[in-house]
Amino acid sequence: MGINLAVNIGGIKMKNPVTTASGTFGFGSEYGRIIDLNRLGAIVVKGTTLLPREGNPTPRIAETPSGMLNAIGLQNPGVDSFIREALPFLRDYDLPVIVNIAGDTVEDYAKLAGILDRAGGVAGIEVNISCPNVKKGGLQFGSDPESAAEVIRNVRQATSLPVIVKLSPNVTSIVAVAEKVAGAGADALSMINTLLGMAIDIKSRRPVLGNIMGGLSGPAVRPVAVRAVWQVYQAVKLPIIGMGGITCAADALEFIMAGATAVAVGTANFVNPRATVEVLEGIERFMAENGIKDIAELVGIAHRC
Amino acid sequence: MIHPEKRIHCKKYRIVQNEEPVPGHRLMCLHAPEIAAGAKPGQFLHVRCADSTDPLLRRPISIHRVRRDEGLLFMFYRVAGRGTSLLTAKREGEEIDVLGPLGNGFELPSPGERVAVVGGGIGAAPLFFLVDEIMAEIHKRGADLTDEQDTARQALDFYLGAATGSLLPSLNSFLVRGVRVHMATDDGSVGYHGTVTGLLQQHLDEQTHIDRIYACGPAPMLRAIDELAIRRGIRGQLSLEERMGCGVGACLSCACKIKNFSGDGFTYKHACSDGPVFNIGEVWYGH
Repeated sequence: MGINLAVNIGGIKMKNPVTTASGTFGFGSEYGRIIDLNRLGAIVVKGTTLLPREGNPTPRIAETPSGMLNAIGLQNPGVDSFIREALPFLRDYDLPVIVNIAGDTVEDYAKLAGILDRAGGVAGIEVNISCPNVKKGGLQFGSDPESAAEVIRNVRQATSLPVIVKLSPNVTSIVAVAEKVAGAGADALSMINTLLGMAIDIKSRRPVLGNIMGGLSGPAVRPVAVRAVWQVYQAVKLPIIGMGGITCAADALEFIMAGATAVAVGTANFVNPRATVEVLEGIERFMAENGIKDIAELVGIAHRC
Repeated sequence: MIHPEKRIHCKKYRIVQNEEPVPGHRLMCLHAPEIAAGAKPGQFLHVRCADSTDPLLRRPISIHRVRRDEGLLFMFYRVAGRGTSLLTAKREGEEIDVLGPLGNGFELPSPGERVAVVGGGIGAAPLFFLVDEIMAEIHKRGADLTDEQDTARQALDFYLGAATGSLLPSLNSFLVRGVRVHMATDDGSVGYHGTVTGLLQQHLDEQTHIDRIYACGPAPMLRAIDELAIRRGIRGQLSLEERMGCGVGACLSCACKIKNFSGDGFTYKHACSDGPVFNIGEVWYGH
């Protein structure tokens, strides 16, 4: 039919614009039993840290209106175990692997980037400076433009892989952070991470989550995410992976029209494990029906209409 | 490229029945031949209760029984909140979105072992499937066993506990040869007056010999079974319940504390993908 779906995210060539949000798709093998992973444009795996992390006490999730709170606390087996145990499985697929990294210190981020640079089979690094569920690192870096830039400068020096920065909505100005990390050498941006929230169980009179606060995701946050993409697209020239409450192609197209070059499906994977494939098929259908030959024509189109 | 034996099915299945055999509980039957064919006792289904985004998440419901020849799958669930309330409104002929089979399932006993199966409250639901499978194995093997000792080994003890007699699951369709049912109620309205663990303990004290225990029920009951079994050197398995997100091991929400390698602390494993079934002695209950 001659429809071009391929996109380029800061040097990562994706055959289509649909990927997964870190933390919602495990290391891929979990959903490889339900869908064909080769359909995805790329996979973004669960956040990895230098050393294994146990994660937070339970309960770790709470359902909220059209959304959910999570406070997993970056549970992961550590980067070495990831490279040894999880990465080989993904090498069998025709699929760029983007590894999300999180650290307690600037040095942690740089070390992780260096290790992954040498691992082989990694297409890019997503720098998580926006996790709201850990005491050190994470959001502490992402909420201050200067600290964010320092992390990215150090990661940039440690790797030649494309560097994607995952931005937090829990800031006064997401544009200010985006501009700073762009100046520090980021190749692309992904947005948004979860919104800090909480819920209280009125029967027990206590916070629902073991960690008290958690990150809100799901359809409830979509308008916030679309707004963030819209603002950053206007201010920064980097390609954007848009995410936040995408459940179907129509949701994904909102992000693309706001300025996202690619989109990530997150919480919707839990509800509908076929969501990524359905989003892709829906985008193809929309393009065919509307005579769009190249997905690039739609990126940021809402700014031009 | 999905390995056929590892495949998890995710699609809409037709409801064959959805009735209320016990107050506040539903028995739902689905025509789901693919899932029924591969399901093992102790595995569960992740069910979408509404087509809308509120409530958003699926609800994990254990597989109660299967009838493979007819492609039927049974769920016996307690109506406990918004999700399960929405399920009660589903009628015969409608379809629901089901993901499964999920989780590891029980390990079946070795031939000749004396087995006790212990269910507390709605925790009894998945144990019917287990009892079905164990008895099918025993009957298959039992055709050429004749002497008295072997006959005794062809039996299984099924312990059921509930708050009150009206909440005990119906056993009308369950009078299988060789299954001895023992009931306990908190209020003493039916069977033993007390907990199901208390009843099992009494039988063990009276010299009933048991080689293997399987249990599913509320956390305090599982802890009591774990302690009792360890004390007496009885092997077995427990099926745990945790608040769940994805059901496939991706979101890491349903963390449960499992003893670490040296046994002096715990590590988190996940009810959906590492469990829900864990060995007796494996779960960390603190000091």
